[in-house]
Amino acid sequence: MTRTFAAINVDPYQMELGIYEMSERIGMRSVDHVQHMMGSGIESYTDGKISYHQVEEMCEVLADFNRIMKGYQVAAYRAYAANSVRDALNSRIVLDQIRVRTGIEVRVISNAELRFMNYKAIAVKDVEFQKSIQKGTAVVTVGFGSTHFSVFDKDALISSQNLSLGVMQLYDRALSANVTTEQEKDLICEMIDNELVSFRKIYLKDREIRTLIATGRPIMNIFFKLQGKDMKRGYLSAAEFKHFFEVIRKMSIEQLEDYFELNTQTATQLFPTVAVFERVMEITGAETMWIPGTRITDGMAARHAEERKFIRFDHNFDHDIIAICRNMAKRYKCYMPHIQAVERIALKIFDALKKYHGLKAREQLLLLISADLHDCGNFITMYEASDCAYSIVMESEIVGLSHMEQEIVANVVRYHGQEFGYDDMGIEERTDWGGRLSTPDNLSMTVAKLTAMLRLAIALDSGQKNKLEDCRLSVKGDELVITTGCSSDITLEKISVEQCEDFFREIFGICPVLKQKKKV
Amino acid sequence: MAEKVTKKIAEAEEKNPYEDPKNYINRELSWLEFDYRILNEARDKNVPLFERLKFLSITASNLDEFFMVRVATLKNQVRDKNKRVDIAGMRPQEQLDQIGRKAHDLVERQYTTYNRSILPALKQEGLRIISAYTELTDQEAKYVDKYFHEFVYPVLTPMAVDSSRPFPLVRNKSLNIAALLQKKNGDEELEFATVQVPTVLPRFVELPEDVSETRSVILLEEIIERNMHELFLNYHIITAHPYRIMRDADFALDEEDVDDLLEEIEKQLKTRQRGDVIRLEVEERADKRLLEILKEEMEVENDAVYEISGPLDLTFLMKMYSLEGFDDLKEEPYTPQPIPALMNDDDIFTNIRKGDILLHHPYQTFDPVVDFVRTASTDPDVLAIKQTLYRVSGHSPIIAALAEAAENGKQVSVLVELKARFDEENNINWAKKLEKAGCHVIYGLVGLKTHCKITLVVRREEDGLRRYVHLGTGNYNDSTAKLYTDCGLLTCAPKFGEDATAVFNMLSGYSEPPVWNKLVLAPLWLRGRVIRLIRRETENARQGKPAHIMAKMNSLCDKEVIAHLYEASCAGVKIELVVRGICSLRAGVPGLSENISVHSIVGNFLEHARILYVENGGSPQVYMGSADWMPRNLDNRVEIMFPVEDPELKAQVLHILQVQLEDNTKAHILQPDGTYAKIDRRGRKVLITAQAQFCREAAEMAREAAMESIRDRDKRVFVPIGSEE
Repeated sequence: MTRTFAAINVDPYQMELGIYEMSERIGMRSVDHVQHMMGSGIESYTDGKISYHQVEEMCEVLADFNRIMKGYQVAAYRAYAANSVRDALNSRIVLDQIRVRTGIEVRVISNAELRFMNYKAIAVKDVEFQKSIQKGTAVVTVGFGSTHFSVFDKDALISSQNLSLGVMQLYDRALSANVTTEQEKDLICEMIDNELVSFRKIYLKDREIRTLIATGRPIMNIFFKLQGKDMKRGYLSAAEFKHFFEVIRKMSIEQLEDYFELNTQTATQLFPTVAVFERVMEITGAETMWIPGTRITDGMAARHAEERKFIRFDHNFDHDIIAICRNMAKRYKCYMPHIQAVERIALKIFDALKKYHGLKAREQLLLLISADLHDCGNFITMYEASDCAYSIVMESEIVGLSHMEQEIVANVVRYHGQEFGYDDMGIEERTDWGGRLSTPDNLSMTVAKLTAMLRLAIALDSGQKNKLEDCRLSVKGDELVITTGCSSDITLEKISVEQCEDFFREIFGICPVLKQKKKV
Repeated sequence: MAEKVTKKIAEAEEKNPYEDPKNYINRELSWLEFDYRILNEARDKNVPLFERLKFLSITASNLDEFFMVRVATLKNQVRDKNKRVDIAGMRPQEQLDQIGRKAHDLVERQYTTYNRSILPALKQEGLRIISAYTELTDQEAKYVDKYFHEFVYPVLTPMAVDSSRPFPLVRNKSLNIAALLQKKNGDEELEFATVQVPTVLPRFVELPEDVSETRSVILLEEIIERNMHELFLNYHIITAHPYRIMRDADFALDEEDVDDLLEEIEKQLKTRQRGDVIRLEVEERADKRLLEILKEEMEVENDAVYEISGPLDLTFLMKMYSLEGFDDLKEEPYTPQPIPALMNDDDIFTNIRKGDILLHHPYQTFDPVVDFVRTASTDPDVLAIKQTLYRVSGHSPIIAALAEAAENGKQVSVLVELKARFDEENNINWAKKLEKAGCHVIYGLVGLKTHCKITLVVRREEDGLRRYVHLGTGNYNDSTAKLYTDCGLLTCAPKFGEDATAVFNMLSGYSEPPVWNKLVLAPLWLRGRVIRLIRRETENARQGKPAHIMAKMNSLCDKEVIAHLYEASCAGVKIELVVRGICSLRAGVPGLSENISVHSIVGNFLEHARILYVENGGSPQVYMGSADWMPRNLDNRVEIMFPVEDPELKAQVLHILQVQLEDNTKAHILQPDGTYAKIDRRGRKVLITAQAQFCREAAEMAREAAMESIRDRDKRVFVPIGSEE
């Protein structure tokens, strides 16, 4: 049975609705897509709030989306708002108003989460994705306000960075220089180069990038036009793209409008967009460019389809999150053998306690991420390192995690090194669609459970020598018996386990006991 | 000033000879030429007599509309001192002067035709039209008077004008009788009075057999005139004559500042009855004193006065066509034929899934289009129906089906174009009715008229959602579909479906899609595409490749398009055009358009389809659409042009063009001087009348399909299983 699904993207600049069909047989298929450019969107949050007019317009558009959804007899929907809505002081009131007036429940998600959905949309689009990311691949999303850069290598996402290279920003700045069209274009290229220099030094280094996957609304605008003219299935070689860039460079706005059948606004965005991609192609030395032509709503639908098991990915996206966190740990000079040991032990603890903690795979992932990041605070200061770790996690863009999940991880890494405060967490509790977390309505308990497990895992490698590599865990009565056959002295570990015993028992009602098998 | 204009024109010529105004025909004068062509049909003795009545009636209604809209616009331009020159380099006053001369000539010719050709011919066929009540016999007069008292008198509202009673509002296009009265008490002062000929009664009355020796009809105004004294009992009727006025019927909407378009149009419609008087028609030999009063009250100059030598408003002839008993003087009525692809037991959706279906109305029935919406309205698998409506019939089955669909819980979105000229009131009523039924009604777009004809049905099927689309060249009007020649396409090709969805999304105010698969929309993309298609032919001709354009439309007056056609012609592209009405292009001019021919077909059906064929270097492309090549269609309307891709259907559309170009009985050919001439039939072995040929072909196709289905049925037999032995 085919089901229809609606994905809504709420943004102060534009509102989008995508209608999709899904079934195990057909997978996921786009049926309709509408986009409304917000008339009041250009009003910035002058006083940090979303204005009354903007809310009015949002509600009107969403009410109409509701009508379209009814027309397709939509079985389920997801409405997401990006960070720009979260940042508004009155975001909660706005979302509540939207809910009351239109019946649509809008969830605020982080840009990182949105981006992660985008990768899923790309993966759905083409089987080549899996093959492509075995070797260096960069996913570059050029937007109106910023550019995002993610690098995949050896089947995993290894870094993800946001650069302040927005198409509108580039165009406006070049325009304000009051120079000739030719100089305007040179200026845009120069601005791009300046921004990319530091990025290359810090994040790219000598990494080999073979394929560049180009996404974002501005490139989408010409994607379909290009398809009919210059490219096949969205692929262009570096030489072809270079040639395309040179052609575009010579064309006036009017010529672009005529050639690509674009409106003036879209035509003005064309050169800065293509210029960013051209410069990125240049500095990465990518051989091929692929424009998959995916939209933000495609990602939302892909996520839903995955949750409902209508589609399956060859690529394990959870591994990407872990890979990114390990890279973060490396960047913050954590001692990686210790990190890996803690990760392994934490996993064993999680598995052994399955019956007792009642948590799901998603929490297991959060535990592993916490294990990866628990030590990164030391990079700032050894004193109050766990508070620093909390700040680092909260300020980083961890692709794939929701804001709420990021808060959970941040609290777990904070409380592994300080006294647990049930009421000090301040996690914004929200509905977690798709039921990825087992207890979305009692997040402090989740944090407590994960903290208890992480503390024990860290304790079991407190010597940072991976002594308990072979340890086995099992619950016997009211004890979690950890058995190891290692011959080294494990006194330090024993003491450490005893130190975290009280909190562990408080949470699970079980006491961890470390036993060393005597060798005969 | 004149020097400046001449200089500018000279510059333009130098810049691009194809844009030289002298190479263009003024659109209004070309429009009048079209009315002349219709009038020629009314004068053609080869045409059955009652069909000639129809043609004459059409010339009258056309001229009315022409004055109400086109002449009114020009007069406004003159009033506003707008000196802008038109495509042919003419200023508004210059145009008005020429139009005036031509229109007076046309009217004179209309009535010469009526008086000298039609009336005697009717009389010869046994139908007497009583031109004046003075011709009535006593017995006839008695009957007429009785009719007056029983039916007419109760609905008349005579109005006298004096210092206490101001001049009444005379309604646009209404027929009235003006009279000068004198009190019976001896007061010599003349008073003016007017009475409207009621529209609730038939315009003419047939006298019963026992009253009249031959079949006779008398016009209502003559009955009233004869009994005028009954209306003004204390007065002598000094003189009484019919008159009629035409008002400026165009209204300007400031759509940007309008909160409720529906309300605003309702308001504006009322003002249409008070627009400036553009034309005053009075009976010839009307009393000069009476005429002076009318001219003064209506504020018209001499050039706007048309003295008519016969009955005013010849549109009554259309009704006369329906008089019983003259079948041999009419064309045999034609019944639109069924469509072969639909002549089976499958429902319309199943048939569309088998392949695209081309519809050619009125040769083929419009029923499938109605059936498409009607079936969708009750089909439990249909989720949504979306449609654009420009002009619909009085009791539209399509509207009824849409309303039913909404009541059945389908999502129904309808764009009702409230700004469709002269259909505003009708469309407001439909819009309200549809809204009441629960449809989502869009009243149109700010600054644009939605003229495209598209219907989308979204249906849930086993393998997911499927979109069925109807695209047409003519309105969703089941009545006019029996008279207008139009084409339509039924398809469920995903690319058409995706585009149709995008069209309705755009009409609902959402952003344009990143790409159009098949459809080309005005005002954003159509002009560019048409120009590019012409240019491509030009390039091909220059490179020695085959280059050929065939296009059929109602009007051609877009300068940019025509200039490109001239250029193409000069490059060697063969251009054959079938343009029914206005054509600003000059055809067959050496060094400019010698490769261009323009045919105009005036037949029993109104030519209305828009088709484009381009050779494309040997890979021909065929398009159909809702747009004429006029600036208003390309720039100010939402129009759709769509390709016909199925090879068989493409061939059928090409056949339509070819047969029309071969027509040598009803086609008029545009001459280099801008006049039209019929093809000389002498020496031609085969006479081709395109419309008649299409009628025959449609019947033949339907017959063949029916035979095929019988043959298939005959093949159906049960096969018994015999024993081994």
